[in-house]
Amino acid sequence: MNIKQSIRYDSERSNEFTKEVMARPGGEMIQACIQCGTCSGVCPMSNYMDRTPRQIIYMAREGFGDEVLRSRTIWMCTSCYACTVECPRGIKITDVMYALKRMAMERGTYPQRFPTSTMARDFFNMVRKNGRINESRLGFLVFLKTNWMRLLTSAGLGLDLIKTGRFSLKQEQIKSKNELNSILSGNGRPE
Amino acid sequence: MQYSYYPGCSLKGSGRAYEESVLAVFDHLGIELKEIDDWNCCGATAYMSVDERRSFALAARNLAISERDMPESPMVVPCSGCYVTLNKTCHVVKDYPAIKDDVTKALDRAGLKWKNQVPVRHPLDVLMQDVGLDRIKEAVVKPLKGLKIAPYYGCQIVRPYAEFDHQIHPTSMDRMFEALGATVVHYPLKTKCCGGSMTGTAPEVGLRLVYLLLKEAAKREADLMATVCPLCQFNLDAFAKEAARAYGPVNMPVIYFTQLLGLAMGLSEEKLGLQRNIISAKNALKGAAAAAAR
Amino acid sequence: MMDRGNGNGRSDLRIGVYVCHCGINIASMVDVKRVAEQAAAMPNVVVARDYKYMCSDPGQEMVQQDIRELNLNRVVVAACTPLLHEPTFRGACERAGLNPFFCHMVNIREHDAWVHEDREKATVKAIDLIRAAVRRVKHHKALERRTVPINPNVLVVGGGIAGIQAALKIASAGRHVYLVERELSIGGHMAKFDKTFPTLDCAACILTPKMSDVKKHPNITLWTYSEVDKVDGYVGNFKATVRRKPRYINEDTCVGCLECIDACVFKEPRFTDEYNEGLSKRKPMHIPFPQAVPQVTAIDPETCLRFKTGKCKSSCVTVCDRNAIDFDQKERIEEINVGAIILSTGFQTFEPKDRLPQYGYGIYDNIYTALEVERLVNSAGPTEGEVVLRDGSKPRAVGIIHCIGSRDTKSNIWCSRVCCMYSLKLAHLLKERTGAEVYNFYIDMRTPGKGYEEFYNKLLEEGVHFIRGKVGAVNDWAITPEEEGRLVIRVEDTLGGFVRRVPVDMVVLSTGLEPHKDAEDVRRKFNISCSPGGFFLERHPKLAPVETASGGIFLAGCCQGPKDIPDTVAQAGAAAAEALALIDKGVVELEPNTAFIDAESCSGCKSCLSLCPYTAISFIEAEKRAEINEALCKGCGTCVAACPSGSIIQNLFEDEEIFSEIAEVLSNG
Repeated sequence: MNIKQSIRYDSERSNEFTKEVMARPGGEMIQACIQCGTCSGVCPMSNYMDRTPRQIIYMAREGFGDEVLRSRTIWMCTSCYACTVECPRGIKITDVMYALKRMAMERGTYPQRFPTSTMARDFFNMVRKNGRINESRLGFLVFLKTNWMRLLTSAGLGLDLIKTGRFSLKQEQIKSKNELNSILSGNGRPE
Repeated sequence: MQYSYYPGCSLKGSGRAYEESVLAVFDHLGIELKEIDDWNCCGATAYMSVDERRSFALAARNLAISERDMPESPMVVPCSGCYVTLNKTCHVVKDYPAIKDDVTKALDRAGLKWKNQVPVRHPLDVLMQDVGLDRIKEAVVKPLKGLKIAPYYGCQIVRPYAEFDHQIHPTSMDRMFEALGATVVHYPLKTKCCGGSMTGTAPEVGLRLVYLLLKEAAKREADLMATVCPLCQFNLDAFAKEAARAYGPVNMPVIYFTQLLGLAMGLSEEKLGLQRNIISAKNALKGAAAAAAR
Repeated sequence: MMDRGNGNGRSDLRIGVYVCHCGINIASMVDVKRVAEQAAAMPNVVVARDYKYMCSDPGQEMVQQDIRELNLNRVVVAACTPLLHEPTFRGACERAGLNPFFCHMVNIREHDAWVHEDREKATVKAIDLIRAAVRRVKHHKALERRTVPINPNVLVVGGGIAGIQAALKIASAGRHVYLVERELSIGGHMAKFDKTFPTLDCAACILTPKMSDVKKHPNITLWTYSEVDKVDGYVGNFKATVRRKPRYINEDTCVGCLECIDACVFKEPRFTDEYNEGLSKRKPMHIPFPQAVPQVTAIDPETCLRFKTGKCKSSCVTVCDRNAIDFDQKERIEEINVGAIILSTGFQTFEPKDRLPQYGYGIYDNIYTALEVERLVNSAGPTEGEVVLRDGSKPRAVGIIHCIGSRDTKSNIWCSRVCCMYSLKLAHLLKERTGAEVYNFYIDMRTPGKGYEEFYNKLLEEGVHFIRGKVGAVNDWAITPEEEGRLVIRVEDTLGGFVRRVPVDMVVLSTGLEPHKDAEDVRRKFNISCSPGGFFLERHPKLAPVETASGGIFLAGCCQGPKDIPDTVAQAGAAAAEALALIDKGVVELEPNTAFIDAESCSGCKSCLSLCPYTAISFIEAEKRAEINEALCKGCGTCVAACPSGSIIQNLFEDEEIFSEIAEVLSNG
């Protein structure tokens, strides 16, 4: 039996992390949390998370940054906003999840082969390049990188989409790419 | 009244039946939708996960173009994902001066000005509030009598910004379908998330959700499900077979609310894009009509 | 009344300045030593001192001693709000032989130390404020308080347990009480309960004797089905107008035999019984509950055939041998004079329908509010105490969801205080009556009361489930076979750290307490204030918990804030004691900060007349001028500001007092 000790030392947490979360739009209110669990109760994904949303808020509030940013939970959030509209303390939990996702990306602690984060990056790059998304290409790309077996199991799906005129590999592009470039350059993090 | 129209990527791709039916219905009601010139992707949830500031600038470009070309017109956005992203941009820019500053500067670099004066509206909102049930009822020529519909709102249409319906217990579609002569079944999952991109990224989660949503509508004896979002429709229609293989047989057509509205107004199935469904709704529609006739 | 010459000449002025540390409340943000040093150098200041607690006995003694030994004729106290300690320091001056109105307070706590973060600036501000006060007190005049006699009668508004208790205490002390109740019977919410926590004694057994005591007491005039329409006057001398709605039964002749109910042409009860929270039906002729006080029936004109169609054989009239039925009964208006008023108007429970649809109330049949379950478990209730669902079946599992409409920024932010305990009580009763599995879903278990924690322990030992987590949703979506056909509660078990789905047959929503929907009207009628949540505001949260800012008006029970029965009864006793203390003194002292009219300069324009919220101003036709009744004037200053000819003057707020203060605070020292 592999016996692991379960204890958190104060050196594993930092008030700076809490402050950083609170400094991001939507994160201001995390200290108001009363740990009622409404967020987890309404979250359609909470049954797939390694930590419930309530625990994430709690750990963020206490400053256990590394553990929060390594959690699968933040990548399971589908941004359905159920928690946000029902939180009795008015915490914008969905926005906190967004903030944590970005912090995880910035620090490189996100799960590298976990498809959600991969898809977010591919999506980002496709928009950056073309201004629009081609769902067929995006799906293809994500499957290829994370789970190529799904390309086989989804062959039927592709066929169905082609038959109903919903599949296209033609990359949609906007005309004013320069305009888009100037909007997206020099803003936010350097690429 | 004229509205500006932001289709978004899905309505030009896998969700083109939605665009076809939205345009047909609005045209039939004499409401002009004018597509925004050279719009770009709203950024959706994925962009916001990577780079928040740029995601707001990206979304704001569309709002700025709409405001520039059609300053008096609200913007109609059928995709729930685009709807929430664009709405969120308006709200966040109002609430956070630093982000407003960023967005203003970014747009400025592209020679765009934006005063944040374009209301972002969903077609369901416009149809219920601006057109109204009375006018809709007048336009009905083929009532959906006998058709049992599970109204599926999904998540982002009313949460967290929309004010046209209850955030937890919306009823707009229920009321609309009743006005069309249909029967609305009690569907407790009406605002439960479809899983978004989980069908692609985490199939064990996404497909199970798809199965549960379809199965519950079938259990409530709905003939079909109605949706307001291209991603919900895509998940529930395109992944239905895969979900059925994984979790058990289920056959539940899922179509857009605008397709139902168009049918009741006598528009052709072809024009409304019903042929684009993978799980066809034609038998369900025929069956209901036959049952009503008896 | 006024000694305008006393101490007004600059050379005569001898001012003492006293700077309070208030522990560290002030001293931590204001350099009190420096403030006192600076004050000592201000014109006419004879002495300036700082002290840790100026309001303490030694602090007051310091002031008194200085007045006597240094011949002070003005005192400036820089401390907390005058609301709290103005009477204290005025009293100290009075004891030392100085007219109390030569004392002036400067608020350097709420207006300075508590609201600033820069110690240097806060200190300078304190000095500025004191300098202004030092200049102001020069213009102060010796004033006297007037006394007026008090009417010894008391009006109690609201006949729940709070009003009942207060009325009985005052009546027992020999004073006359008018008890006005809006509903047909007194008893309030408590009359609807079956058992009371934590002792589980029967609510009716302890309440109904008190209700009949009220009816029997010679010193109590009980008016049910009545409302206070209007209140005029002031502490000690209020005039209240009471509207008595028609119940179409003569209260003096009806003996409560209830035969008219049996005789009603509606053979079966068909109309919603409000008293049973809509869980049963009643007839147009009805009595709210068997032990109602007064034991008098009433006719509901909305449903009675006689009223609706005019065509009814009116068998109720035939059967009543007391001739008590009176279809022509009209609304009556009573005017009463009282010296004190106790408001015990209670609360309403949170209505979850539409406001919180995620809990399924109004969507699914077997979701009940706690008050409905109180009726369901009550042996005098619609099922005679048998716990059955709407289809007649017994629940196998019950979920009790706490904090519905409490602790939530989207409904009510406060903790309603009683829900944890009543949920425990209902859990016990439901388990006892049905043998069902009972689940409590709570955020925090709050049992701070005598015997309360012990009751919680008892429930734990009874095997009731306690799941710490606010429920996310209740619906009839079944995933597993045992969930089929039942209600499913989805919740995070926060102690376990996982999400659970709990299938139950019955859901009880522990709805919170909130201000009655017309609390705002009542507030305006009685000219009192409300707390942010809408409950009536007490004069001081700790030291004057049953008084209001309006003299002579007291609070008891849940109209002031959510509380349980023991606290309500205690508060009602306190309100009664306050009312008695007021009226037993026989006279009331009126503060002299009232306005008066300079008869010579008044132009008789009448513009002040309509402005006075206390109708204290009248017009003397013969002299073509206005006059202020000082007994009615509350010193609000409205007329003073409005008078176009500047003929209205207010004591303690005369122009020279205010202007000198403003001029000095704006000067650079």
